[in-house]
Amino acid sequence: MAAKQRTKRVTRNPDLIRGIGKYSKSQMYHKRGIWALKAKNGGAFPHHDPKPKPEAPAVKAPKFYPADDVKKPLLNKHKPRPTKLRASITPGTVLILLAGRFKGKRVVFLKQLPSGLLLVTGPYKINGVPLRRVNQSYVIGTSTKVDVSAVNVDKFDDKYFSKEAQKKKKKGEGEFFEAEKEEKNALPQEKKDDQKTVDSSLITAIEGVPELKAYLGARFSLKSGMKPHELLF
Amino acid sequence: MVQGRKGERVRLYVRGTILGYKRSKSNQYPNTSMVQIEGVNTKEEVAWYAGKRLAYIYKAKVKKNGTHYRCIWGKVTRPHGNSGVVRTKFKSNLPPRSMGARVRVFMYPSNI
Repeated sequence: MAAKQRTKRVTRNPDLIRGIGKYSKSQMYHKRGIWALKAKNGGAFPHHDPKPKPEAPAVKAPKFYPADDVKKPLLNKHKPRPTKLRASITPGTVLILLAGRFKGKRVVFLKQLPSGLLLVTGPYKINGVPLRRVNQSYVIGTSTKVDVSAVNVDKFDDKYFSKEAQKKKKKGEGEFFEAEKEEKNALPQEKKDDQKTVDSSLITAIEGVPELKAYLGARFSLKSGMKPHELLF
Repeated sequence: MVQGRKGERVRLYVRGTILGYKRSKSNQYPNTSMVQIEGVNTKEEVAWYAGKRLAYIYKAKVKKNGTHYRCIWGKVTRPHGNSGVVRTKFKSNLPPRSMGARVRVFMYPSNI
């Protein structure tokens, strides 16, 4: 079916009720024009001889038959796809982080990564949140939007955020251990530069809106008398 | 709970009180506890909280994982009655001394 582009088969026999068509068998015969096909072919419905199949190599009887019938596992055609994004979350939305190190921070949503996690940035200069991945369930989408059309986020995907593979260094633990620790702690300059490029265009967009910078710098907190189920975010 | 940092304390949870186990007059079922969430007074309001995670936090004498504080996680399962009380299930059943104690109802898994 993939090779030829076939138009979908349309029935010329509308349903009166499911299971009962409007036209009878003989009426359908006439509608479909089988009589014309037969006439073109000289009285009989066109029939093509089956193409000669290439001879299949002779299969030897297997030496071993399993004692009980072995069941085949059921076919699974399920393809993984990223979690469905809530309607309230669009690129440029301000999100409130609900858990983790940056809980309560208001943060700008950039895009959804192929794993389903959301790519998010503070921006770093405003509230200290770097480019980070966040799960959709741990986030509240507010109605505040920031213009992110100027930001290019194509280069970020899940591999960018993966931890570097631990080099196996079991011998000579004493000296090597210290050296490894130093390497881990420093953030590669490349990531710092990425942060700067993403943030620079974002910050200009944010400063254009009155009070948005202070809003993003402040943390969200529930106060006395606030009921989340009644709040409009 | 380790708040060694001087950062601002943000409350991202709703306060709740543990009322006791699910029970009838003379039988109790300790696998389900009842919780009264602050500010929630009707069955309809509880719908927002269904599935939200809860934490019962308590202190112990022995330090575990570097802290005296311990936690039992749970979630809101369904409303209980018409007046905003909620049924909850915890990872392990709550101890009887938790009755009347504070529970934190978080706002995640969020659906807003």
